[in-house]
Amino acid sequence: MLVGVLALQGAFREHQWALDKCGVETRQVRKPGELSGLDALVIPGGESTTMGKLMREFGLLEPIKGIAAEGMPIFGTCAGLIMLAKQIRNSQQANLGLMDMEVERNAFGRQVDSFEADLPIAELGPQPIRAIFIRAPYITRVNNGVDVLAAYDDKIVCARQGRFLVAAFHPELTEDLRLHRYFIEKVAR
Amino acid sequence: MSEITAEKGTWTVKKGLAEMLKGGVIMDVTTPEQAKIAEEAGACAVMALERVPADIRAAGGVARMADPTIIQRIMDAVTIPVMAKARIGHFVEAQILEALGADYIDESEVLTPVDDKYHIDKHAFKVPFVCGCRNLGEALRRIGEGAAMIRTKGEPGTGNVVEAVRHIRMVLGELRRLQNVPREELMSAAKEMGAPYNLVLEVAATGRLPVVNFAAGGIATPADAALMMQLGCDGIFVGSGIFKSNDPKSRAKAIVAATTHYNDAKVLAEISKDLGEAMPGLEISAIAPEQRMQDRGW
Repeated sequence: MLVGVLALQGAFREHQWALDKCGVETRQVRKPGELSGLDALVIPGGESTTMGKLMREFGLLEPIKGIAAEGMPIFGTCAGLIMLAKQIRNSQQANLGLMDMEVERNAFGRQVDSFEADLPIAELGPQPIRAIFIRAPYITRVNNGVDVLAAYDDKIVCARQGRFLVAAFHPELTEDLRLHRYFIEKVAR
Repeated sequence: MSEITAEKGTWTVKKGLAEMLKGGVIMDVTTPEQAKIAEEAGACAVMALERVPADIRAAGGVARMADPTIIQRIMDAVTIPVMAKARIGHFVEAQILEALGADYIDESEVLTPVDDKYHIDKHAFKVPFVCGCRNLGEALRRIGEGAAMIRTKGEPGTGNVVEAVRHIRMVLGELRRLQNVPREELMSAAKEMGAPYNLVLEVAATGRLPVVNFAAGGIATPADAALMMQLGCDGIFVGSGIFKSNDPKSRAKAIVAATTHYNDAKVLAEISKDLGEAMPGLEISAIAPEQRMQDRGW
């Protein structure tokens, strides 16, 4: 299995390390040609406005939408979640708009409000995941077809729609590989 | 309230924001208008200050933390993270910046130090800090004090990247050397470097700094940014290089693209075209030793 990791900006290295530990091959993606032959794609955390601009400038938006329409599994964390949402509250920034949901950026506040917490996710078993939220977004609304996998303080922070999986937090910053494994084994299977 | 307890200001959360900035460009801005230009160009964060380093150098005198009004206006103008500078050792300026809600504090040699012996105890804050270094010992001292992100010092406000190159080569060279030092010699290495022993043990084992390491000080062109990335930096700070050039918008955008595509000379050639003139450069030997900002702090 070959998983592409969008490497325009952000924590792509950490996703590669996590995927590597899960035993799958990875490839950094910066240009459209690097999308060919992938079995799945990860969009990492980072600055979503930066990522959106670089995706537009280097012609990645349409090709990614194209492979997504053909069934490419995509996992987005934090900025990646924002890139996948159909609507972003109070923003016109460039994104992929693949999942039927609305998100709010920096919804938990500025960096001084960034936090970590034990978050139960039933799909991953009884043990909660240590979730790292950094100037994190959350999902303000989901439409039909989007399954909510986890909420923190009544705010949706992990969801799935078919072959798309998103988390508002950063599993790639911890040693816990369960969400990456869930993506590889259940979502991308 | 949820029954889940949240922990704020942890080491993971502080270090984590820097991880998210990697591969990006952090730009010095002095007005909300400049901050918007930076955001529009794709900056992953901005540094809010009263004057860019080149102007601080030209003005002389004592350089202090910016007026909170300036920082507040810049925070209101953009949605990307906003950093701000405090003087070396000035923990009250840092307290003020934390209270304002700045996302990162740069304990910076660009401003005039207030303490010639001690840096800020950065573990005492919930807001994360970035600090400059010229070598591995200095980097590990700052990390020991609680810096969650490191950058080269370079020589700020010069448009001359030679010092930043020297500093990253020094840090990475020392890291490589430590990996070949037998364990019984590491205590002595720690003593010589003036670095905390536990951190020396850690980097000798992993071969890399435990926090993100950006380039700063003298970066003026897309090629400069790509050079620092190829040398092994995780991202780029641009101080005077953008708003002291004659076409800030194009130059900012090109430096962002160069930081992403740093290994692709064809892309670099394309984005380096038609940027107008870079900021005027300054030869390091033309700066009197007491005017060198990189020698501030220890």
